[in-house]
Amino acid sequence: MKPFAKKLTELTPEMVSLVDEIIASHDGDATQLVGILLDLEAAVERHYIPEPAAYYLAERLEIRPTQVYDVISFYSALHDKPRAKYTLQVCDSAPCRVKDSDTLCETLQRLLNLEVGEVTYDGRFSIEKVPCFGACDVSPAVRVNGVVYGHLDSEERIVNMLQQLD
Amino acid sequence: MSEKLIHLTINHMPVEVPAGTRIIEAAQSIGIDIPHLCYHPDQSIKAHCRMCMVEVTGQRKLLAACSTLVWEGMEVITDSKRVYDAQVGVLDLILADHRQDCLSCSRNNNCDLQNLCRRFNRLKPDLPDVSSQERPRLDNPSIVRDPSKCVKCGRCVKVCSEVQGIGALSFTGRSAECKVTTAFDLPMNETDCVLCGQCTLVCPVGALTEVDHTSHVRHALHDSSKHVVVQIAPSVRVALGDDFGLEPGALVTGKMVTALKMMGFEKVFDTNFSADLTIMEEGSELLHRIKKGGRLPMITSCSPGWVNFMEKHHPELIGNLSTAKSPQGMFGAVLKTYYAQRMGWDPKDIVSVSVMPCTAKKFEATRPELGRDGYQDVDVVLTTRELAKLIRYEGLNLAALPESEFDAPLGTGSGAGAIFGNTGGVMEAALRTAYELYTGKELPKLEFEAVRGEVNGIKEATIDLDGTPIKVAVVNGLKNAETLIRRVQNGEADYLFIEIMACPGGCIGGGGQPIGTNNAKRQARIKALYELDQNLPLRKSHENPDIQAIYREFFGEPLSHKSHELLHTDYAPRPKRYDFSPYIEKYRKFLPQK
Repeated sequence: MKPFAKKLTELTPEMVSLVDEIIASHDGDATQLVGILLDLEAAVERHYIPEPAAYYLAERLEIRPTQVYDVISFYSALHDKPRAKYTLQVCDSAPCRVKDSDTLCETLQRLLNLEVGEVTYDGRFSIEKVPCFGACDVSPAVRVNGVVYGHLDSEERIVNMLQQLD
Repeated sequence: MSEKLIHLTINHMPVEVPAGTRIIEAAQSIGIDIPHLCYHPDQSIKAHCRMCMVEVTGQRKLLAACSTLVWEGMEVITDSKRVYDAQVGVLDLILADHRQDCLSCSRNNNCDLQNLCRRFNRLKPDLPDVSSQERPRLDNPSIVRDPSKCVKCGRCVKVCSEVQGIGALSFTGRSAECKVTTAFDLPMNETDCVLCGQCTLVCPVGALTEVDHTSHVRHALHDSSKHVVVQIAPSVRVALGDDFGLEPGALVTGKMVTALKMMGFEKVFDTNFSADLTIMEEGSELLHRIKKGGRLPMITSCSPGWVNFMEKHHPELIGNLSTAKSPQGMFGAVLKTYYAQRMGWDPKDIVSVSVMPCTAKKFEATRPELGRDGYQDVDVVLTTRELAKLIRYEGLNLAALPESEFDAPLGTGSGAGAIFGNTGGVMEAALRTAYELYTGKELPKLEFEAVRGEVNGIKEATIDLDGTPIKVAVVNGLKNAETLIRRVQNGEADYLFIEIMACPGGCIGGGGQPIGTNNAKRQARIKALYELDQNLPLRKSHENPDIQAIYREFFGEPLSHKSHELLHTDYAPRPKRYDFSPYIEKYRKFLPQK
């Protein structure tokens, strides 16, 4: 039972009030679990559901931690491991591919010296390939924490986009 | 109300079944076993595995026989080419995702998937192996998980959440990533799991099994410097026969004793003896608490799954638990003190083996409280299934063996000790002794039918102790236990004595019993134990002459200093993974008042 001690400290009072706030905004309704988890993931800096937060959430909603984990692991939009502060989601669907999103992805990889799925050492950036997020009109595009940056068809524009994130 | 009957045909055979029957059950009623993996008679319908697809005339698609209710005039075909192709296709896909090392699997020759392969004559699957490369996970003394064998049927998930109310296991991930595991894929001992082993009982394959200790026993038996002594729990004798094809509930006490003696155990003793000892201590403790104003209700502590549950989820009840050790624990302590002295054996040379219907008993035996001077009171715990394996190794035909008697003096058990193996039994045994100790009169009728519980249920009764009414409750299945605890904690019930057994039906339905144990077999085993009790001349724990002797020679009287030292124990809260108590107070006021 000893290894628990270290983990216990991870649930900070700030995390507790964050979870409390989000639960309150969903009227404490356990059937809104997916919405609660999405809100939580958006609010946590590294955009994931920390394990103690999931356990606390389960306790508050009177469901099992397994149920929370089941949902997290089911949806690709939810994560149980820390991601980057800025996850650069590159559309991998046909319209963006036609508009050469491959070059966009390669440029991002070169600029950040990063493979798809990896996180930079400082936890700031990662690159993910995702299905269409409905930005075909401005493709090739990336989505970062819900914000779409379009027309990324030159290195200059890509660098510019990255600089905006700082 | 007369039940509405539905008429249908299955493979052109007319069948008549009550409305609400499923195709798979209707087929069973005329002796057709439709292939299935996820369907389990005691569980709600999952329809995960798709093995049970059948053709129904007029239906465009094949239907799952487990989830489809019969209707009037239905025509079911279970063996057409279309059905065969679909079922073999499903079987091949399941096999492709199942690590096939049958020869080294503990479920070899006792596996639903293997049976299906034999049935479909599927000797060499056509599809490549894409099974998980995860290694078996051995992270607790009771249960091994082998994710590479899992067929994702969901039986373990259902039993854990629906019967036990624990929910330690769940489906995670999706599609090819889908697997059954704990929250955040943690080791089982760090989750809410109480090691009851019900998951190992329903798993159709070798994905969830008991930790195998048969080799420990074989090594001990081969070591001539050791005194290898075995005790057998009450419920094993009515379940072991299942593994050898005898009818459910067959009583094999004598044959089992012969088998153990042939294997080379120096002494074969009966846990019924220490069950009687438990009753002496627990019954006296109850009377003591009632008379002296101790903490009530008193709750039984024989079921290690329940004790784990209490320590993990209800540490506030620690004071309510009887401090009496379980019969297994008491037996171990008596064996390595009283009996060792009597025989002039050094306790260190004794290998104390127990045969239990239970995986949680394996954990119980490792508790540091259950031992002294650097040794444990019970060294190896075998489940009923492992005993069956040893008997097979020995090459014995259980059904044909002659009968033998347990060794003396730790081999005499009363009928009260025997019924420890089923729900309501500990209560009834305790009442028989408590009544006579309390009133000093002879009990007019030994059977307390009011406390004879049902499988997976809650039963309450008021027992008249010669003018003093005492309210009692009997519960089995941890989900029911949780319901009962809430009732007590909300002040809706005021029992004096509660018996809780973690597994449905009590030990006879324990997580270490033969594969294939279901509620129908549980009923047969309960009946067999009550019959055993009925036919014994000795039916009260305090009248067991060996019990009287051990108190005369060794313990003095129940609750004496010596018995406190050897026969009682204590419990400790087990820390949860995260302690939210500082935060919970904050939101408690917002919770609806229950």
